[in-house]
Amino acid sequence: MNITVCIKRTPDTETRIRIAEGGDSIDSGGVKYIVSPYDEFAVEAALRLREAAGDGTVTLVTLGDAAAAEQLRSGLAMGADKAVLLEGESGFDGLATARALATELEGHDAPLILLGVKAADDDAQQVGPMLATLMGRPCVTAVSDFELNGDTARCQREVEGGTEVVEVDLPAVITITKGAFEPRYASLKGIMAAKRKPLEQKAAEVPAARMTLEALELPPARPEGRIVGEGAEAAAELVRALREEAKVL
Amino acid sequence: MGDVLAFAEQRDGVVRGVTHEVVSTAAALASELGGECHALAIGGEGLSGSVGALGGFGAARVKVAADGALAGYAAEAWAAIVVEAVRAGSYGAVLFPASAVGRDLAPRVAALLDVPMASDVVEVSGAGGAVVVRRPVYSGKAFARLRMDASPAVVTLRPNVFPAQERSAAGAVEEMAVSVDPSSWKARVVEFKTASAGSLDVSEASVVVSGGRGMKDPENWALLENLRDALGSDVAALGASRAVVDAGWRPHGEQVGQTGKTVSPKLYFAVGISGAIQHLAGMRSSGTIVAVNKDPDAPIFGVADYGIVGDLFEVLPALTDQVKALKAGG
Ligand SMILES: Cc1cc2nc3c(=O)[nH]c(=O)nc-3n(C[C@H](O)[C@H](O)[C@H](O)COP(=O)(O)OP(=O)(O)OC[C@H]3O[C@@H](n4cnc5c(N)ncnc54)[C@H](O)[C@@H]3O)c2cc1C
Repeated sequence: MNITVCIKRTPDTETRIRIAEGGDSIDSGGVKYIVSPYDEFAVEAALRLREAAGDGTVTLVTLGDAAAAEQLRSGLAMGADKAVLLEGESGFDGLATARALATELEGHDAPLILLGVKAADDDAQQVGPMLATLMGRPCVTAVSDFELNGDTARCQREVEGGTEVVEVDLPAVITITKGAFEPRYASLKGIMAAKRKPLEQKAAEVPAARMTLEALELPPARPEGRIVGEGAEAAAELVRALREEAKVL
Repeated sequence: MGDVLAFAEQRDGVVRGVTHEVVSTAAALASELGGECHALAIGGEGLSGSVGALGGFGAARVKVAADGALAGYAAEAWAAIVVEAVRAGSYGAVLFPASAVGRDLAPRVAALLDVPMASDVVEVSGAGGAVVVRRPVYSGKAFARLRMDASPAVVTLRPNVFPAQERSAAGAVEEMAVSVDPSSWKARVVEFKTASAGSLDVSEASVVVSGGRGMKDPENWALLENLRDALGSDVAALGASRAVVDAGWRPHGEQVGQTGKTVSPKLYFAVGISGAIQHLAGMRSSGTIVAVNKDPDAPIFGVADYGIVGDLFEVLPALTDQVKALKAGG
């Protein structure tokens, strides 16, 4: 089976965020970029399905600037077969991103489209279900594990208070969260092979964003905390402070 | 265009706490936009009785789409009903909770209506007629202020951030006629596995007691459970760091952080948790943060409001006793 996985270039989760001059972007100086961790879960899921089936291809797609080729190569090194870089801006308007991806994906023969549940930069959790809706496909979001039975995927989805089991008919879109698909490391052989794998690069058709960034701000500094004491004796003072100062008990 | 529609989430006919926050916020936004707040509930039969009280949170009208087949969440059908309700009015905004259902439903609604959407918002205003939101990005390491340039603006609200406000008003309940055909659904919820009976979900609790690798062994969680019970298991829930979830000590449903859940409780305890940036991503917007750690240089003390430096195996029982004494004393 052919599977398409949408991935995104995002700053490393350890990165300290600094706001660039002008206040509407981050200072990318010194920032290390990675494949968004949730997308790595999705790549892993696709690779396992292909390996279990013994045939099919895993195609990676990203919307981003030319530098995102680096993240596509990372996914190819994990074992994906080919990649498409849609050159264009992926901003805060998830619907604009979903449309650009849908335009590309309509042409893919892939009964299964996987994405990470959200991107580690905008944290929005929108593109998967929007993409599915635009393509007229069903979608299951925040899936921690799934298995295929013929043309149906049986998905475990974590919700408040438990796990929902959702069955979805293919063709479908599934967004993956942390769970069964701990991503593999790329082997040296995989990294070498990735250099020769096809990576198509083309201009994206991204509609104008209708949600515009007015400002990026750092979170307000939390007031300086206080060590109330050491060891068990400090418990009484802590409880007093929580009751009388913070008024939360 | 000034009305605001609030999605009123319920489960098994019980209105969820976060729904009061969403309806209250919708009512405040509607008055800024110069319109009315309406609430929409979707679910099984007999729903009108349980959602009628939402008028008391500011909904001038409470629309109810009830059908036996809608008792459980069914994404395709629910999205179609929300869209129908939106099209029947003149809404400037549609608000959902950023719950599992809201996060799944709202983007579909936005795509069907062809309007942009803002997720997990912590501030929303309608000043000047346009909806402007503030939301965390980069795992809470920054905030984006975004102007939404199409109407209605679809927004999900982070739970536990917006106040629920009762007003002395009563909304009229209106039944919405729905016709549903489950046989056409391409995705079906076939089973629901409850995490552990009666325990509160970490994302909904107003107090969270989280443990990390410093707990040493899953059996030691009894110490955290005791503290949770002393605080009240109706308000307090257990959480965990990724390290202990990956070790198999705790279920992933309890994980707080970037690849776990985002929580904003009134009070957060981080016990034996170092405070890695990915853990902070999930809990830094908590009201009051308490850290218990034997390492005075642990990064968690950098975000904590109150800290105890010490061995958690000594501190936890003492803390639990103090909380019990406080509750007993009233
Ligand atoms: C992409 C990515 C995503 C991630 N997502 C998450 C996430 O969602 N959530 C998350 O939590 N982490 C996440 N992590 C992992 C994160 O980086 C840390 O590894 C993890 O949070 C560490 O967990 P910990 O604090 O329990 O363990 P440790 O870092 O091992 O810290 C244990 C702490 O316990 C203290 N301690 C030990 N014994 C005692 C004692 N007897 N009394 C008191 N204190 C004691 C120690 O001083 C130490 O500070 C993620 C990492 C990556 C790369």
